[in-house]
Amino acid sequence: MANERLFEEMTNVVIAGLPDKARELANEVLRAGIDPLAAIEQGFKPGMDVVGEGFAKGELFIPDLMMSSRAMQEGIAVLEPELLKRKQELKTLGKVVIGTVQGDIHEIGKTLVATMLTANGFEVRDLGVDVSPQRFVDAVREVDADVVGLSALLTTTMLNQEAVILTLKEAGLRDQVRVIIGGVPTSPEWASEIGADAYAENATEAVEVVKGLVQA
Amino acid sequence: MRLPIVERLASGEVLIADGATGTMLLEAGLPTGTPGEAWILERPEVIMKLHRAYVEAGSQLILTTTFGGTRARLKAAGLAVQVTEVNRCAAELARRVAGDEVYVAGDIGPTGEMMAPLGPLTYEAAVGLFAEQAQALAAGGADCIYIETMSDLNEAKAAVEGARRGCDLPAFCTFSFDTHGHTSMGVSPTQAAQAMAELDVPVTGANCGHSPEEVLDFLPQMRQAAPDAYLIAKPNAGLPRLVKRQVVYDATPERMAELARRYVELGARIVGTCCGSSPAHIAAVAAAIQTR
Repeated sequence: MANERLFEEMTNVVIAGLPDKARELANEVLRAGIDPLAAIEQGFKPGMDVVGEGFAKGELFIPDLMMSSRAMQEGIAVLEPELLKRKQELKTLGKVVIGTVQGDIHEIGKTLVATMLTANGFEVRDLGVDVSPQRFVDAVREVDADVVGLSALLTTTMLNQEAVILTLKEAGLRDQVRVIIGGVPTSPEWASEIGADAYAENATEAVEVVKGLVQA
Repeated sequence: MRLPIVERLASGEVLIADGATGTMLLEAGLPTGTPGEAWILERPEVIMKLHRAYVEAGSQLILTTTFGGTRARLKAAGLAVQVTEVNRCAAELARRVAGDEVYVAGDIGPTGEMMAPLGPLTYEAAVGLFAEQAQALAAGGADCIYIETMSDLNEAKAAVEGARRGCDLPAFCTFSFDTHGHTSMGVSPTQAAQAMAELDVPVTGANCGHSPEEVLDFLPQMRQAAPDAYLIAKPNAGLPRLVKRQVVYDATPERMAELARRYVELGARIVGTCCGSSPAHIAAVAAAIQTR
């Protein structure tokens, strides 16, 4: 019962976006000898789910998402040595390479997607902004990615989402990796036009779509 | 000779602003990935041609092409050392086209960096960046400082403070409410207008955004929160889509003109358009407002 109350508090500090409190509670988990993996999955993680849902509905915004994920990540960092000691691992749902395509320096949307994927158990390699097709391809090969995420916020740069897909084909990697696209001017129609596997409208939806892609 | 702009607004007149800069420069051949600011020094004739097209279409207030003109943004383009030159020159180009009658608004956009605690940019550093830009815009002959497309309230406040530190011109500040009726950082029109009223910002409003129709909801909210402010409506021509690989914005000049008339009915005193619009949109808006 005591565990449950502690887990509930952990959920609440993630929702409130309080990194200091998250660390404090993580230390309490360690002191009490509670299973750190259970604490993450039943404590921190449900908080992130609530925040993701609120974000998708337009009740919460970028700062909420960022502070909540920071709280969760700092809390997990406290628990990590104990996870290692117990030879436990956070379940990895898959490997994702993500970036904003060449010529485009819009960062926030892509970073939010990376943050939400990480918070939901994906291993994410964030290549940043203005990423050339070749860098995407190299990273996909290097990390053996399951999914590659391409962000574009301009009508002029969304054409470079297609360039990445073509470069993946030339490199013979297209069949090994699923491609998801996003960004204001993009759409499901654009995704199918350029031969991407999926489109997501926001960071919360991206998590569900990427989960679907790795299971397919 | 023109009155100081806030006095002119006090007379009750509605001023027509201009339309898009970025999307128009792309159409004029600006390479993808090159910021428009690069053309201020390289291709001043293109910048002046754009201003002239808007003035001929009926703009009484034109914005300098310095949306990304803070040192933070120019750094990415390798133009950081020229921050003063770029901004001053942009204001001079606009002034040359504007002459004595048309107002030049010294345009300032977000730094592109997240403010602390979310990101590395401190309030004080942001004030410094904005002050530097505002000072150069004023030196080039701007009539006001026009801060736009703000989403973080702290950054907007830093921009107002910076503008006032950098020069004596009045500072205006408008926000992009593009996310479920809020800015992407979660600021509502009411909160934005209230904050600007507390800082005695004489002119505030909505620009860019998600759809021009939504501005019809934002204006009354801002009016109520800041009854004394003059309001700006300067939305996108809808959102861009690619149709057969050609960029299409949903809102036609006729549609924008119809909306502009309603913005004025709701109290807007400066009306213009943003991304995806052209001088044709402004001509339609100007005709609609002048004959209302």
